[in-house]
Amino acid sequence: MSDARVQQRLRAVVGASVPIEHGPGDALVVSPPDDHRTAAILETASAERWPVGVRGAGTWSSQQPNALITIDPSEMADVTYLDPSDLVVTAQAGMQWSSLRATLAEHGAWLPIDPPGERRSVGSVVATGTAGPLRCGYGAVRDHVLGATLATGDGKLMRAGSKVVKNVAGFDLVKLATGSFGAFGLITDVTFRLRAVPRADATLVARGNRDRLLQAAFAILERGANPAALELYADDPDDDWILGVRLIATDEGVQAARDTVAGAADLPFERATDGATLWRDHAAHCLEHPATLRVGVPPRALPAALDLIRHDLGPGWTSATVFPGAIRWSGASDVDRIKVFRHHAAHQEFPVTVERAPVDNLAVLGHFGAYREGVGRLIGSLRTAFDPHGIFVVPERAA
Amino acid sequence: MPLSPQVRAALVRIVSDRWVRAASAQLETFARDALPTARSIPGIVVLPGTRDEVIRIIRLLAHHEVPFVARGAGTGLSGGALANNDAVLIALTRLNRILEVDPQNRLAVVEPGVVNARLSEAVAEFGLLYAPDPSSQTACTLGGNVAENAGGPHCLKYGVTSNHVLELEVVLPDGSVVTLGSRSGEPWGPDLVGLFVGSEGMFGIATRITVRLLPTPPSIRTLLADFDDLTTAGRAVSAIIASGIVPAALEMMDQVCIEVVEASIYAAGYPIDAAAVLLVELDGATDDQVAAEGAAIEVLLMRHGARSVRAASDAAERARLWQGRKKAFGALGRMSPDLVVQDAVVPRSALPEVLDSIRAIASHHGLRVGNVFHAGDGNLHPNIGFDRENPDEFERVEQASAAIMQVCIAAGGTITGEHGVGVDKRRYMTDVFDADTLDGMARLRQAFDVAGIANPGKVIPTHACREWTQGAGRHV
Ligand SMILES: Cc1cc2nc3c(=O)[nH]c(=O)nc-3n(C[C@H](O)[C@H](O)[C@H](O)COP(=O)(O)OP(=O)(O)OC[C@H]3O[C@@H](n4cnc5c(N)ncnc54)[C@H](O)[C@@H]3O)c2cc1C
Repeated sequence: MSDARVQQRLRAVVGASVPIEHGPGDALVVSPPDDHRTAAILETASAERWPVGVRGAGTWSSQQPNALITIDPSEMADVTYLDPSDLVVTAQAGMQWSSLRATLAEHGAWLPIDPPGERRSVGSVVATGTAGPLRCGYGAVRDHVLGATLATGDGKLMRAGSKVVKNVAGFDLVKLATGSFGAFGLITDVTFRLRAVPRADATLVARGNRDRLLQAAFAILERGANPAALELYADDPDDDWILGVRLIATDEGVQAARDTVAGAADLPFERATDGATLWRDHAAHCLEHPATLRVGVPPRALPAALDLIRHDLGPGWTSATVFPGAIRWSGASDVDRIKVFRHHAAHQEFPVTVERAPVDNLAVLGHFGAYREGVGRLIGSLRTAFDPHGIFVVPERAA
Repeated sequence: MPLSPQVRAALVRIVSDRWVRAASAQLETFARDALPTARSIPGIVVLPGTRDEVIRIIRLLAHHEVPFVARGAGTGLSGGALANNDAVLIALTRLNRILEVDPQNRLAVVEPGVVNARLSEAVAEFGLLYAPDPSSQTACTLGGNVAENAGGPHCLKYGVTSNHVLELEVVLPDGSVVTLGSRSGEPWGPDLVGLFVGSEGMFGIATRITVRLLPTPPSIRTLLADFDDLTTAGRAVSAIIASGIVPAALEMMDQVCIEVVEASIYAAGYPIDAAAVLLVELDGATDDQVAAEGAAIEVLLMRHGARSVRAASDAAERARLWQGRKKAFGALGRMSPDLVVQDAVVPRSALPEVLDSIRAIASHHGLRVGNVFHAGDGNLHPNIGFDRENPDEFERVEQASAAIMQVCIAAGGTITGEHGVGVDKRRYMTDVFDADTLDGMARLRQAFDVAGIANPGKVIPTHACREWTQGAGRHV
């Protein structure tokens, strides 16, 4: 179909006021203002078999080159529901994460997700399931999501979940949205469970040898501590590492936790004077390299997994969430090395997700590579169920 | 259609005669779960003793396209474990081994028939516990918890079942075996563990469950506050939630419930003239910490209209306060021959008005309703006593339940927070989900179970799905 005809069809669907532009590559970028028009675009795309890409804030992953149209949710960027007393918010997918955080703070509310990267959008954080160090104390992205609106590949709107903090009505469609990289639908809004702004928030840091810091982290866990973050990271894995321990509670709770940490670990911890900046810098680091991988590793297997990463992938920014166990590595996007690593990791039962990489590399690697036995068929069925004509360009598996 | 003799014989070959129940008196004992308003006699009951037997059973049934229903302890409150006479009921209580406890990685691997409380007992020696603690925890199984995404009082701070399941081995309804998730909780691809938890037995049978364990908090403080009226108590709940102190648990009981508990063997010392009591539990690393937080909460409670607040002085008193709460259903059950334990969720700030409405509904239908619930989550459990032999009363219970659901929905809530939809709540699904969303659920189910043989007829009101109404005729 000619570009002009695609544009004409799109125009008929979205109306005169909605921007349709030529993006990088040949894709037409359309920015629907609401979920109904998003669904209408997808319905048409499905009927016409147009490959569709989705743009987040554009800072995390790059655009799909082989999409005929790209949906840019940036016009959907509002908080549509906020109840500070019930601690629930609904934010549209195109909203900047930092704006959401600022809006919540004005109302005394807080969302304990600290995604890597900068200028992320709400939709991108949820679709990629990219939690940061706070995952240690507060859980993965999916643990904060109460509801989401998902526009499926055939243009239906599924309003999954609810605005209350506990809900088992029907199957949990919300889990289709979190961490699937958009394979089952485009997220138009997300409802999160919030917390009251913490009363006290302190960060302790120690520097030194990787394994010594890791042993200290284990000792902290063994004392029964539940830090908000327990993150071991290094710019250069051959150099000094940093153990960051973030404690969030009441004043008394933070004091008690500091005592536990001091008692457990024989390390010269310093209290960070500006914890917020420290963690913001930490989040920004992985963008300094073209590829970012996430590896699931039970805590006690971290030393072996860190060695494997160093050996197979080479140097790079490396950050381990000691509990429940995950490593984020950012470095060179070397397809062959990543493949070898993924193969070795699979043998040890460590799931690897390629969170970001240059598009051509990602097309070869796939976000998830190969699935376990039997699982691939299940995911294939899910994809067919929610995107019958396979219009979403999501490289979930290796080519 | 009743089961063929061929299938029966094959089932006996798999588990032996000893573990098959086919006589009508035997089947009768499996005709109900804890939902008193529904009953169904299964075609046959099998009790496999190993996961291999489960796999062989499912492969057999898949081959013959015979429907099956998994059953744990049968404590479900939505009729989820009921099977029709054309279906095989697979009781999993014999798969009750704790396969592995890994204290260093804070996890355990269990078979589905392990009783919830047994796991916490077994890991206590390592200073660990399994957090989700349904009030039925001394009876219900972890398989049933996974299927229902069970909650409990301590889920306010620690999250529900879905937040604690890391990895699952599942026998899919076609007989294939898949492992979902990983021991670190990081998924291999999309979040299939998240999709499976809460699937009410309709996506397959979980045969191996890896859960996260948490350290036992070194220090705990339990407070009891009493109030002159429910509305004030409801406001106090909102004030605590907004305070930034997250209690481990925040439970409420109303006057009917207090009276019944205090008149029972579980008497906990709740003031019987109170309109409501709040049980607030704080936990933390040190006594100083929980004492300070307890003092702050106490001030907050008094400022928000509590008549008095008292702290449990020792472990025995704490256990007694909790026993009253955990056994409240049992005590309420004694006030009448039958008890409907309702379950709905509302925004926490709507609790006062919704509780008022529930009271009005009860009196309108001439029924006695006792409320005991997870106030911190806005998760209500209005309990309605009745006698199922009395058709008029039964009808009024059904009407009152429906009216309560409508009030909760109108307040921005939902129809179940932890007991599931099962057969009981299918009728309300269209009140909370539109046709496309329900159709999404049907699609999801079909991806896991093409033939539609795992626990058919539950959860989805088939007539209301868009595709269904358009005549596509899916199996759901
Ligand atoms: C007094 C009382 C108090 C309760 N309190 C709570 C509470 O506080 N919180 C709460 O959440 N619930 C509560 N419940 C409800 C009930 O205990 C839970 O839903 C529990 O999770 C059911 O477990 P079960 O083993 O009894 O499952 P069953 O009732 O036997 O089955 C429930 C469902 O799970 C499915 N199932 C069972 N095992 C498996 C498996 N291995 N794989 C796949 N599907 C399976 C069945 O098919 C069925 O659909 C309470 C019930 C009672 C009677």
